Amino acid sequence: MAPNPIRVGLFVTCLVDLFRPRIGFAAVRLLEAAGCRVEVPASQTCCGQPAYNGGDRRDAQAIARDVIAAFEGFDYVVAPSGSCAGMIRRHYPGLFDDDPAMRARADALAARTWEIVSFLADVMKWDGVAAQLSGKAAYHDCCSGLRELGVKRQPRALLAKVAGLEVADLPGSEICCGFGGAFCVKYPAVSDALAGDKLRELEAAGADLLLAGDLGCLMHISGKLHREGSRVRARHVIEVLADMGGEPAIGEPG
Amino acid sequence: MNARDGILGRIRASNHRAGPVSVEQATRNAERIAAHRPNLIPARAEGDAATLTTRFVAFAEEVAATVNRVADADDVPAAVATFLASHNLPTELVASPDPALDAYPWAQQPLLTLQRRAGRPEDVVSITGAVLGIAETGSLMVRSGAKSPQTLHFMPPNHIAVLRAKDIVGSYETAWNKLRERMAADGETFPPRTVTLITGPSRTSDIEKTSYVGMHGPHRLHIILVDGQDD
Amino acid sequence: MQPTAHAFKEVSRQKIADPDLQRALLKLKTDFRAKRVQVVNRLPEFEALRDEAKKLKDHVLENLDYYLETFERNCTAAGGQVHWCATAAEARDTVLRICRDAGAKTVTKGKSMIGEEIALNDHLEAHGIKAVETDLGEYIIQLRGEPPSHITAPAVHLVKRQWTETFRALHTASDLAPDRPLDEPRQILDEARAMLRRSFFAAEVGITGANFLIAETGSTVIVTNEGNGDLTQTLAGTHIVLASIEKVVPTLEDAMTLVRVLARSATAQEITSYTTFSTGPRRATDADGPKAFHVVLVDNGRSDLLGGEFREILRCIRCGACQSLCPVYGAVGGHTYGWVYAGPVGAVLTPALIGLEEARHLPEASSFCGACESVCPMRIPLPSLMRKWRERAFETRVTPAATRGAYKLWAFFARRPVLYRAGARAAIGLLGALGRKRGRFRSLPFAAGWTATRDFPAPEGLTFLDQWARRR
Repeated sequence: MAPNPIRVGLFVTCLVDLFRPRIGFAAVRLLEAAGCRVEVPASQTCCGQPAYNGGDRRDAQAIARDVIAAFEGFDYVVAPSGSCAGMIRRHYPGLFDDDPAMRARADALAARTWEIVSFLADVMKWDGVAAQLSGKAAYHDCCSGLRELGVKRQPRALLAKVAGLEVADLPGSEICCGFGGAFCVKYPAVSDALAGDKLRELEAAGADLLLAGDLGCLMHISGKLHREGSRVRARHVIEVLADMGGEPAIGEPG
Repeated sequence: MNARDGILGRIRASNHRAGPVSVEQATRNAERIAAHRPNLIPARAEGDAATLTTRFVAFAEEVAATVNRVADADDVPAAVATFLASHNLPTELVASPDPALDAYPWAQQPLLTLQRRAGRPEDVVSITGAVLGIAETGSLMVRSGAKSPQTLHFMPPNHIAVLRAKDIVGSYETAWNKLRERMAADGETFPPRTVTLITGPSRTSDIEKTSYVGMHGPHRLHIILVDGQDD
Repeated sequence: MQPTAHAFKEVSRQKIADPDLQRALLKLKTDFRAKRVQVVNRLPEFEALRDEAKKLKDHVLENLDYYLETFERNCTAAGGQVHWCATAAEARDTVLRICRDAGAKTVTKGKSMIGEEIALNDHLEAHGIKAVETDLGEYIIQLRGEPPSHITAPAVHLVKRQWTETFRALHTASDLAPDRPLDEPRQILDEARAMLRRSFFAAEVGITGANFLIAETGSTVIVTNEGNGDLTQTLAGTHIVLASIEKVVPTLEDAMTLVRVLARSATAQEITSYTTFSTGPRRATDADGPKAFHVVLVDNGRSDLLGGEFREILRCIRCGACQSLCPVYGAVGGHTYGWVYAGPVGAVLTPALIGLEEARHLPEASSFCGACESVCPMRIPLPSLMRKWRERAFETRVTPAATRGAYKLWAFFARRPVLYRAGARAAIGLLGALGRKRGRFRSLPFAAGWTATRDFPAPEGLTFLDQWARRR
């Protein structure tokens, strides 16, 4: 590693931490391959988005303070999630509009926080994908990553370098899958209708693999795929980029 | 307190003011109105006369107006007759009482009759002028007036608009300025009772989001575009 | 109309299962999305125009009293009469009075959302005046007794078969043979045109809305495709314009900036067939036109909204793009929202106008995908405004106690890493063990909301942070 490697604080996200740690390890592998030194603050739990979107502003502020304190020492903070990275980057500053000192710290952290694929492509200018996976994948643009952070071209560009992988066009890739955090259990009928639309699109595209950048969306779509008996499997895009595409897919045993 | 005072008072309070805007702000607002500066004008509204004319025709045809470009004023009556014949339309037209329209050599087409009046329910074809053509979307600017009854632009199922190519401008804003100038020159109060930008015939997409030409307004909009006229 | 917003969840389930509605919504989704992208791409200046539109409207809101007074002065100078109405009731009564003074028995109407909001038609009908909707979409929903389901496409919830059925059942004129052909759209349109023509010529009063009010000239502007708004206002003896107060813009040039983004966003057109600027009654030298011109300015809560955290919704130009692009709207249709305004704009406006208690589901039933904000020509931050409603609901306990408790419980643990880790270790360890064999759960206690329609992927069993700690 270079003498002063870029120090990245990995914000692993609560869903990855709890449900699919291998995504966190994929993140570490890719960040180290790009020349970063990765640290994982042990006190991290959640970015506070559930409280924030639930209207519980006070708890969102409190959680944000903790996150800022835990992560403000790094060169960059990287998350395998457009949703969590978007929360920190786009929404943390506004949580402290009436607290200039905190606002300044939030601004500083926001400026250094990135969703992982856009970090690798746009900040590290890294394209050293050394991965292989046969199959036909379709990429779904998770809403926060797409609209809050402009993640669109980067995952597709990196996936193009995965040997053996065909990436199918998904005309409705920018349409919400219906996860939306608590939305998916508050309005399950609507959430399910949107998942059904996504499933039909995937079948029509002839994909055997669904890739995306947010585990929440992936668990929701994957859950629907399994319930409907679809043969399409789901992974986080960085699992494939980190050459972990052979491991069990989401919701698969092993 | 009446409703007007109540509304204005609440607006002021909501804008954190005890009363109307400051004298300075009122002056700025008044100047803004008086100057009526254009905001951003798209590049497609720029170009020389030939470019704008071509663009006007292209946009108009895109929205199902038909455009017949004729070399000069003498060709207009024949162009009208051709249009009517091609759609099996009657040769009785209701026409704007417009001296500019009268000036075309209608005697060349003795079978055409033009009644100069406002529209009636039984009218089938109207013929009017157009104040201006606007290239950026292929639109016609028409107005109400003694010489241009608004009903003729809307009531008959077929509307023929005679537009001089020299009256094509690029942007909506230029069109408004020209109308302002012309009406000032004529001693008329700007604006007229109605001004309409007409872009194509009437249409609706209320049935399953499919666009169908021809609803309450004209089902056909035929533009006779007259080149080479000098004032 | 009587709000049914509180029934959002139940209605949404019915609507998702309604095959006609779903077919109709599919047409909206497939056609409009693609066409909008095409027409937007054709105007390279679109993004810059959105910025200008936002700026100009923000300027207007800061000076709203000034521009309304200027509008009034110039409209009056042109021979118009301006009426100020603070409430829906005042507006209804004002319109009724004008109609009575004009001896109206029949009134033709162009499309007006503010008219829906103040429930004008019912009021006129209750006083013996027939109000005929002339916009084709509004016409059929009036026949069917339904509210509009979309701002610019009020009958978007209907499939063609329903048009045929409705006209056959409810067009009872004696010159219409019951077995006449009515399956082709052209036949449906021609019949509607013929029916409405009678009303255009009979009406004593024509009522339109206004997309914009122009302070500079005292003009009102309507933007239509059908030509009904123009026939409505030109043929009747009296023209009434109904407009909410935030519709004013300073100059004609400002209106054209908004026109450039409006049709593109509403109907994926460069511009609609007719954009008409009306100023006062007919002039002495005019050959046609109404003899009386009234503008009824309606506040109905806007002046209050102006002073609060939802001010930005007042930039709305009623294009309906947010509705057309919203995935939730696209799944459940506009009637599910239970009042006049559906979709994202409805989610922000409805609680302000009819109360958060009644409308609480509307800002909640969003995944915050952000599609609405990304297409709003006026750059209204719709998800942020919905979130503000959620904050109000949380603070005022409109949000149910169980939900508030759940967020607070999660936050409690999230702020206490030691407890969080211990709890996570236990819960994830258990779930992981239970789920190892199949990799997923078909059902889970406390998670019926998820597992009713989806499997739940089993966790790996050891959290990332625990695994990371072990590897270091």
